[in-house]
Amino acid sequence: MNIKGKAWKYGNDIDTDVIIPARYLNTSDPEELTRHCLEDLDSNFVDKMSKGDLIVAGENFGCGSSREHAPLAIKAAGVSAVIASSFARIFYRNALNIGLPILECPEAVENISQGDEVQVEIAAGLITNLSKNQEYQAVAFPDFMQKLIQAGGLINYLREQAGEGNVSL
Amino acid sequence: MAMTMVEKILAAHSGRNSVKPGEIVTAEVDLVLGNDITAPVAIREFEKIGVDKVFDADKIALVPDHFTPNKDINSAEQSRVLRDFAREQQLENYFEIGEMGIEHCLLPEQGLVRPGEIIIGADSHTCTYGALGALATGVGSTDMAAAMASGQAWFKVPETMKFVFQGELPDWVGGKDLILQVIGDIGVDGALYRSMEFTGETIASLSLAGRMTIANMAIEAGGKCGLIAPDQKTREYLEGRTTAEYTEYFSDPGADYFEVREYDVSQLEPQVAFPHLPENTRGISEVGEIAIDQAVIGSCTNGRLEDLRLAAEILDGRKRHSEVRLLVFPGTQQIYRQALAEGIIDTLIAAGAAVSTPTCGPCLGGHMGVLAAGERAIATTNRNFVGRMGHPESEVYLANPAVAAASAVAGRIISPGEVV
Ligand code: SF4
Repeated sequence: MNIKGKAWKYGNDIDTDVIIPARYLNTSDPEELTRHCLEDLDSNFVDKMSKGDLIVAGENFGCGSSREHAPLAIKAAGVSAVIASSFARIFYRNALNIGLPILECPEAVENISQGDEVQVEIAAGLITNLSKNQEYQAVAFPDFMQKLIQAGGLINYLREQAGEGNVSL
Repeated sequence: MAMTMVEKILAAHSGRNSVKPGEIVTAEVDLVLGNDITAPVAIREFEKIGVDKVFDADKIALVPDHFTPNKDINSAEQSRVLRDFAREQQLENYFEIGEMGIEHCLLPEQGLVRPGEIIIGADSHTCTYGALGALATGVGSTDMAAAMASGQAWFKVPETMKFVFQGELPDWVGGKDLILQVIGDIGVDGALYRSMEFTGETIASLSLAGRMTIANMAIEAGGKCGLIAPDQKTREYLEGRTTAEYTEYFSDPGADYFEVREYDVSQLEPQVAFPHLPENTRGISEVGEIAIDQAVIGSCTNGRLEDLRLAAEILDGRKRHSEVRLLVFPGTQQIYRQALAEGIIDTLIAAGAAVSTPTCGPCLGGHMGVLAAGERAIATTNRNFVGRMGHPESEVYLANPAVAAASAVAGRIISPGEVV
């Protein structure tokens, strides 16, 4: 899968409360959630961005609550991938489980500026900065996670087995 | 091979003799938890998998605690999804309003979490149960759905950081201050992907309530889980709550740690975390002049009976400052009743507190105590992110129940010693 879009750059410790504030969590409808994506950090994000754009952020992206509404809102807003120096653990799981591409790459975060055109080859973890003509290599996923990604997330992975009776990981 | 507690628990649940940090294992889980925010998403995903029944109707707990008693029509619809699913699947551990409490106060109280178990919950503060020597960790809704269908979850075996506390706790200092000190020290990503193990004579001296406060905030340092080895106090706590058998695991003396940190707490002051991260901690003497509009006492961090007792001790015969709203929300119905029986609730109300039925409401800016722009709260909760309790321009300061109660009286953040 190849991705191309503009980078939206943010800092460290972007938490799930600013990604999707709890006051909107009385629904789990992705379309509804999307309208408030990053609202408390960058109030017009959803209006400014275009489908396919990427989020580029520092350390500990997605810290805080376990709400899957956070990666869901980002994905439904049309963000094609999130590149960060590191991810908070639950956000990392959730993104993989729902099929939102994420890449851990401090070098990319250091070099990509707001507005740069960025291209990503997900399987290879290769990030190309078209504006600056640079390439960065993201941390590779372990085998098990590759399987999840290939299946299109955890639910699809299990669904493939459901016909045979009991499901297991 | 020498292993830490968390490595032993993961090995035992994945049918292996040993595991090493970095390995990915598939483990059987003992309990799967969800609430009225996360479970509706999980149930939707569960239905996509294509199995009819959950793996074990006794091993799933659904607790509608966040927007309940329902604050609006949307949240009522969310709760209904839980209720319908619980009836259809005949779930043993669905807690209706009236039995419901804040999930991380409720589950230990009901004897549903035991040493040596693996518990996953679609709520980040599931790590609370590490206080009983369980591997308990927060996951998302999709993980919850997969576990409801399969009884399993995937884990990366974490490295372990050990935190050793020595010394006797000074007055007005408790579990909350120990964990705030650690988070201030290592930062909100200081234990990212790692397990935290808390030990030492100070931990041994703490009640289970104080231990749960510590384990509760492991996630605030980025930790996967926060464990405290079971001891006599743990066994006594479990007596009468559960008849299930459980296995106690202890770290081997030669186990490998990513890092060991030692703290002498005998001089520790009450800690306050400034906006907008739990790592922005200061000792109470360094706080300066911070006027507050609201004081919030409760939550899965400090909503237990011991916490309410402490608040009542300070508020007894005193009044909240005329410009401060004081909100108290007990963690569970049992805690509420016990507090009534002990006269605590009366003391709090006499002091001008608004006491609510158990709910997460104010803690996440959901309902029952939302802050306006520019307002400031001191809270015994665990997060002070931007907008956590309401308007993005409001502020939350985190502290222990004694500091919150004293501040409610003084109208500004203050040491309990200055009020009593
Ligand atoms: S009390 Fe607060 S932190 Fe605890 S479960 Fe409820 S919302 Fe989460």
